[in-house]
Order: sequence, then C-alpha cells, then structure tokens
Amino acid sequence: MATCKYDWPEAGGRELVGKRIDRIDGPEKASGRAKYTYDTHRPGLLIAKLLTCPYAHAKIKSIDISPAQSLPGVKAVLVIQDAGSEIQWAGDEIVAVAAVNEDIAEDARRRIKVEYEQLPHLVREEDLERAQANGRTKPAGEETVGDPNKAFQDPDVVISKGFYGIPVITHCCLEAHGNVAEWTDAKTLKTWSSTQNVSGLPGQIGAGLRRQKVNVDDSNIETVCQYIGGGFGSKVFSRPWGIVAAQLAKMAGKPVKLMLDRDAELEIAGARPSAFAKISVAAKKDGTLAAWDSESWGTGGVGPAGHPPLPYVLQPPNTHWKHTMVAANIGPSRAWRAPNHPQGCLLTMGALDDLAAKLEMDPVEFLMKNVHLAPKLLTKIYSEELQKAAELAEWKKNWHPRGDKTPGHTKRGMGVSLHTWGGRGHTSTCNVIVRPDGSVTVRLGSQDLGTGTRTVIAISVAETFGLPVEAVKVEIGDSKYPPDGASGGSTTVGGVSASTRRGAVDALGELFAAVAPSLGVPPDQLEAHLGLIRVKGDASKSLTWKQACSKLGVKTIQTTGRNPGPCHLNDSGVGGVQIADVSVDTETGQVKVNRMVAAQDCGLIIDLKTAESQVYGALIMGICYSLFEEKIMDETLGQMLNPNMEFYKLAGIGDIGELVVHMMTGPGYDERGVIGLGEPPVISPGAAISNAVANAIGVRVPTLPLTPDRVLAALDKGGLA
Amino acid sequence: MEAFEYASPHTTESALKLLGGRWGETEILAGGTDLISAMKDRVTTPKRVVNLKKIKGLKRIEYSAHSGLRMGALVTIQDLLDNKVAREHYPALAQAADGIRGEQMRHMGTVGGELLQRPRCWYFRNGYGLLAQYQGKSLVPDGQNRYHAILGNSGPAYFVNASSLAPILIALGGKARLHGPEGEREVELRKFYTTPMKEEDREYVLKPNEILTEILVPPDKGGKMAVYEVREKTALDWPLVAASVVLHLSGGTVRSARVVLGHVAPVPWPVPEAGQALEGKAVTEEIADQAGKAAVSKATPLSQNGYKVRLAHIAVKRAILSAVKGEA
Repeated sequence: MATCKYDWPEAGGRELVGKRIDRIDGPEKASGRAKYTYDTHRPGLLIAKLLTCPYAHAKIKSIDISPAQSLPGVKAVLVIQDAGSEIQWAGDEIVAVAAVNEDIAEDARRRIKVEYEQLPHLVREEDLERAQANGRTKPAGEETVGDPNKAFQDPDVVISKGFYGIPVITHCCLEAHGNVAEWTDAKTLKTWSSTQNVSGLPGQIGAGLRRQKVNVDDSNIETVCQYIGGGFGSKVFSRPWGIVAAQLAKMAGKPVKLMLDRDAELEIAGARPSAFAKISVAAKKDGTLAAWDSESWGTGGVGPAGHPPLPYVLQPPNTHWKHTMVAANIGPSRAWRAPNHPQGCLLTMGALDDLAAKLEMDPVEFLMKNVHLAPKLLTKIYSEELQKAAELAEWKKNWHPRGDKTPGHTKRGMGVSLHTWGGRGHTSTCNVIVRPDGSVTVRLGSQDLGTGTRTVIAISVAETFGLPVEAVKVEIGDSKYPPDGASGGSTTVGGVSASTRRGAVDALGELFAAVAPSLGVPPDQLEAHLGLIRVKGDASKSLTWKQACSKLGVKTIQTTGRNPGPCHLNDSGVGGVQIADVSVDTETGQVKVNRMVAAQDCGLIIDLKTAESQVYGALIMGICYSLFEEKIMDETLGQMLNPNMEFYKLAGIGDIGELVVHMMTGPGYDERGVIGLGEPPVISPGAAISNAVANAIGVRVPTLPLTPDRVLAALDKGGLA
Repeated sequence: MEAFEYASPHTTESALKLLGGRWGETEILAGGTDLISAMKDRVTTPKRVVNLKKIKGLKRIEYSAHSGLRMGALVTIQDLLDNKVAREHYPALAQAADGIRGEQMRHMGTVGGELLQRPRCWYFRNGYGLLAQYQGKSLVPDGQNRYHAILGNSGPAYFVNASSLAPILIALGGKARLHGPEGEREVELRKFYTTPMKEEDREYVLKPNEILTEILVPPDKGGKMAVYEVREKTALDWPLVAASVVLHLSGGTVRSARVVLGHVAPVPWPVPEAGQALEGKAVTEEIADQAGKAAVSKATPLSQNGYKVRLAHIAVKRAILSAVKGEA
C-alpha cells in the first residue's frame, strides 16, 4: 500500500504507467506537421551565415567587412572575433552576415577579407609522444588505491596488457545547431532555438548579449523549441551563434535565422573526447580481479574535457590510473550522451575481456565472478542482467573460447559489456490545470528531445486522474512556462514525471474536495479510476470525470507540482548489460553485427514503448560509433576532412542487424522510482562489439571504429588469418 | 552556389551549341546527384548549366541479339535495375547498379552521370582541387589516404575513379557514343578514362564541347560474369574496391577472361595479369586466388591504404568464383 500521498500507484493499480504506449506526438512527426527550429519562418526573416576560420591555429591580422556590407540585400554584418584574436580551431566563428536570402548571405560571407598569421597546430593526438614533443600535454588526474605495484608482482596473478582507444567523434545532429531570433520590441527578444534547455536558454542568451553590450533583461527573453532534430548533449548551452543571431536581429531590425551548415555542424558544434590507454590488469587464477594500471590520454580540443572513469564500474582492490590531456586544435568538446562513460567502458571492458581470454574464462562468468566489485546497489542488478542477456543472446550455445575455429573466412564471435549511469530527476516545476469543462492541461518549460517526454508527462497526469492519455494536453517547449531543467544526463524523465505526479495529485485533491458534497462522502473517500470519480468500495456512487469537473462551477484548478519534493518518486543509479553477436570476414576485415542484446534497468518505467525505443536508438548510435564514426583530421591542413554525411559515416538499416531489448521491471526495480535512461544504453555497444570481434578473430582490434583496415591490421599481428 | 545561366534545350544539337571549349565554364546537368552538391560546395562553379533532361531519346534502353545493349545516357540507375532484358543478358551490370545505394541516387542518378561522376576524394571535395595540391605539393601521400589509389598512383593524381558501372562495362567491351560539334564518335570505354596530369584536366577523353549520349555493350555471347564489391557500409557509400569479371569458358577451362578493378586507381583499372592467370585453366579456388594475387601484383600502396591491396585481391578472387557459379 502506498504510504506517502504522491507515491506511484502499486503495480496492480497502474492503468498506464509501465505499459507500451505510443508517443503522443508520433503523428505530428510522421506527417511532417511538427515544426522544428529549421521550419520557423517569420515575416521579413533574414538568413545569416557564419564566416569561419580555415586554419587550426592562427592570429587574425585584419578583417575587412566592407565588401560584404556594400552588397545589396545584406542587412547586417557582425565581427565576432576581431583583429588580434587568437583562433584555436578551424571552423571557429569570425564574422556573421545577415541578408535577405541565403544566396546573398553566402556571397557576402565570401567577400569578407580576413588576413591571418598562421601558428603551429596539432590536430591528431593518438601518438602521445608526438603530442608531448609538441608541448601539447597536460596532466589531467592520477590516483592510486591500495598497492597496485605489489599486487602485479604477486606470482599467483595472471596479467594482461594491452592498448585500447576510441577516437573523437561528433554529435552529427540531423537538425544542425541554430536558432531564429526576433526582437518583438526594443527590449523583448523571442528565440526559436534548437535546444535541450528551453528554460535555461534565456538566461544564457541574456548574459551573452550583455557581454556584447546589448542591454536586455532575461525576463524579456522567451525561447521556444517544440521539436528538436537531435541534441545528444550538444544543445544544452547557447553557443556563439545563439548570441550572434540576436545581435544581427538587433542590428537589422528584422528577425534572423542562423542555422549551422552541415560542415560547421560537424566541425564545431560537438565533439566527444577521444581516449587511448595502455592498460595492465591482473586477476587471480580463479578470475577475481586483483589490480589495474592505466596510462590514458585523449583530447577534447584545446580546453579540458574531463577524463574517462577508470577502471569502469568494477573496482579491483589495487588500482592506479593516470590521465593526460592533449590540447589539440579541433572544435571544442561537448557532452556526448553519457559523457566519458563510453570511453571508460571501452577501455575497461576491452582490457577485462582480454584478461578473461588469457584466463581461458567465459567472459560472462568472469563478470559474474567480479560483480561484487561494482557499487553495492548494482551487484544484484548486474547478476540478473548478465543472466537475462546471456539467455536472450543464446550465449551458452553461441559463445566459444577466443578465436572461431570453424573453417571458412567468416568468423562469428560474442562479446559482453556492462555499464552504469546516475539519472536522477532534475529540478522541475509544472502547472496542472483542470477546468470545469473537464479539460486538463499540464504546462512546463521542458522539452522533448525525441525521447518521449511529452508522452511521459501525459501518462503521469492521466494515470493520476484515471483518464486516457489523450485527455491530457501537454504544453512544453516554451520558456514562458514554469521553469524546468535542461534535458542532459538522463535527468528529464525522473524530473518531469515526479513534478507532474505531485501537481496532479494535488489537483485531484482539490477536485475531490469540490465533488465530495455531491457524493455525500468526505474527500478522502474518493478515488479516480477509469474516467470516474467514485467512492472507494462503493462503485454505485460515482460521477464521470466531466460531471465531477462541472462541480467546480466557475473555478479552475491550477496547482504547481515540483521536483524535488515529498515522497520517493525517483532515484539514481542504473545498470545495464549488452551482448554483441558479430561476424567478421577475415579476408576483408568487414564486421557485421548479427544481433545486439540489451538488458537495461531504469527503475520504474513510465512508458515501456518509449523506454525500449531509447534503447533501440542507443544501440543504433552505438553500432555507428563502433563501426564507422571518426572525426578525421588532416595534420597538414589542420582541417576536418569528413564534415559531411558521406564520409562521416553512419549506419544504414542494413548495417544494424537484429536488436533485442529487454527492460528490467518488477520487484527490485519498480519500487526504486523513476530513473533516467537516455545515456546508459549507449555506453556498452563499443566494448561489446569490440569484444565480440576479438572473440571471433582471436585478436583485439585496439581502436574503434572497427573498419576493414583496422581489422586487417590486427589480424596481421596475430589471430586466425 | 553561385549564380549561373540555365538552359534546357530540346535537342542534342542545340545543347551542343551551348557548350564551350573549356572545362568548368559550362556543366552538363542530368540527374544532378553529383553536380548539384559539387556546385553547392563550389567544387565546380559553372557560368552556365545545360540540362539534358528535355532531350528526347536519351532515356532509351534496347537490346538485340545482334548488336547488344544500347542505353541512353539519361537512363536512370533504377531504369537499369528494372530492365529485365539487361538483367538477363548482363547480370553483373545489374549487380554493379545494385551497389549504388540510396533510393534518391537510383531514381535521379543516370547511367551517363554515373560514368562521368567526379572523384569522391575528400581533398577534392573540400576545395583542394582534383590533384589535391597545397603549397605546391599533393596532400595525399603524407595525408589521409586510406581511400585513395593503390594503382596508377605515381602522381600527380591519387584519387580513385568513383564509377561503379564503368569497370563492368569495360569488362563487357562497352563503348561510349559522344556527340560533338563535328558529329558523333564512339570510344571504347577502356580508352575513355584518363589520368589527369594538370589541375584543369578532367578524368576522361570527353571534350568540354561534347556530350555523352549513349552506352553500347556488345552481345554477351554466353559470358559468365560477376561484380564483387568490398564496402564499409551496406548503405549509401562508395565501395573500398570492386572487381568486375567476364569469363568465357569452353569445356570447363577459361578461354578468355577480362578483369577490371574499380575504386583502386584514378581510372577504372583493367588487370590483364589476372586474366592471363585464368586463361587455359579450370577455375578452382586456388586459381581464382592466384588471379587475385596477379591483379594486385603491381600495386603501390600509399601510407594508409595497403589494406586495399588485399581487398582488391580478395574481390577478384570472389568475383571469379561467383561468376563461375553463376551467382550474378
């Protein structure tokens, strides 16, 4: 029985929560009616283009914008970085122009003359010694636990040493970053922004504008984002173009649209830091992990970029890790779905898989043996997930010791990995409105990244009111609504489900109070169920939802729901296990994913269908970065060579294979409350697929992506070829 | 893209009058799948674009046992895939067309445009020209050359010809019919492609004032054929290497064999060495492997593309075995 008034209903009392429910905005999106930032059109709209720096490292000597200014149709030209500025990556923004159409803006941008003094650059970081010789390295953390030196010298341990790596990749949002900015009067700014942070953006834009001497109050800025074509962490903060569009609009006195071109999107709008590591790991002969040592490095551009958590999840008693940051002249890093975790996971789970192979142990058994080294909260979850994933992947039937010994050039292999994430619900505020006509609206300054946020909100309120999902009108995507957190770090579902649950419970309480006299019972004797407000235990005494609401007379109920708040509605800390089943052509080095199995927990699931969709999407994204994705830089030019969707390769449907998703639910999971799911399932694919390839061909392919050249190079050094 | 003059003539003759004597000033538009993006990226900045799609008769596809296959230059990849007669007589040509992925590419892209498409070299597409020059030197040998040429790459060109159809058409003995101001001429496709020596050259013998109007393929005469591509992605992507094979057998032994590699050199690359390794022999896995080895015996890989030598070897072997088994 519920013991706290806002608690989620018990399993038997849930009509909607945890069921497979279609996303409520599916038809809008599928039909093309959904309006994205890119689709925004305003009367008199100007189109802006950015002139960016072609050099990886340079000083601006001079800028002449007059040829652009004099071009008919050009309405504003803004110097973003002036003479004397030092530019640290190719693609950095120098000048913006706004013109009556895209062609003129493009012509104008090309007429601007910028003189640069080129400075020495470094854009490739895999070779640490070279980076050191160029003075581009900086310590980024070191830690020792226990006595790893002694542990490695223990004659009873088996040691595996290896090199592992994962390159810089980009977010490659299908809808490029950008926005439309319009001053509706001298003091009031409205932006249509492709953002993961509707409520937070006005403050960021305001601060940015004030730094540029444009006087505006945050309270006079409204940001709208109804639909977004991908963010993956890269659209939490307003970037220069968010400020620039508003500046241009101010200068021109007209609304301005500034969306990044595809090349800029890939060059500057987001990079996931790389990670390379030399790793030694030791276990006792029974497989119990004893010690870890890693020397890792990576780049996230010229600035700091954090470091991968090493060793990941499983903490042997003796560990030493040291991380070095390489300052490379590439576009700056941005949070990429589960920041640092895919890197930490690939490095750790790859090294552990090699150790298991050296011990001649089944890697699933090896992980089972060591789950006690995971955070206590997760050990049982991992054990259950390892079992479930192994069952779904037919592990016992399909797994073999390292190296597929069957004849022929197609080798099959299985690989396993596990991961974790926090995902506690963010701060959230909402209004729940119930009108005398029975209509229900819930309003909050959240956003739906495509994850199903709208649907989850509707379910939370509809479940509380005993109504169908369609009865709830969800209004989000506008900063004029009650403030809500950014959608980053898997924090949205926990935040919005809890605030809307609390707001709806309070609203229902008010409705019960209004209805109770006509049903002749105290309000606490009422319940909402299947479209009725009825007396508990007496089904004959009830009103339909509409009849009940009519008792409000002229009063509209409006409550405010918040997160955090009373009662245990959400939590933090999830575990997931993934198994990859691959085939590798040892003559051509081609890797084919046959099947990916994911067993994932996220506490109480609000919508099973959109939760599963999150995992499917993560597996696809994971297959993309495992097999194809890489930001390819030319050291001579200092430029990215593949800033397009031809050479920045993403999987097509034929490259994906079968995806099997199993959400862990029921006792042991549901009572934890709601936990975020956006990040976790994208963490393991790299490690699981890399491990499966090693299992197939008998040798580790050290770095992602697992392209034919890398696979063949690994086979040349050993394995089955 | 930059502003340009646009013309859409109704006859080949009037189209010819709109062409000039220098490459790049005028571009010919067919499906536009390559040209439009190249113009947007300013890889080419023509002053005039001449659309051929209004010209009647360039979309015909015909076959006769006597003269073989005739395909108008504007036949789309999808038309070719849908043509049962072409598929029946030249199954490997359909295989090659099937390697062109993406519904838009197939429906808009034409056979003529496919044969004349510009290289995918990322230095070229990023604005460093056909010869990828920077400060008087090619960027390719010391740069990112994983997808570049392993044959015919002594410079100054290092890109690979991007056509999927050209290698099999060459193996089949195909010809290109060209219309110019002085009339028509036919050029064997194996002589149609050239390696540019100067930045302003193009990758074929077609002149800037000529139009490719038709592809002619002789009758197949019982040839066994196959195309084998090695790709990174099954989805839209150009192959890493491809091998096209046409064999004629008598009594179980190879009488004649034509093997042509694609995506390995600035031009489609016939490998007579591979054919010689097969001729007079019964095809076994070992013989096919030897032919594959012979095909790449003269390869000179760059710093990052040694793996393509092996891929070409394997592609030839697999194409031969596939042809003999009649898998195409």
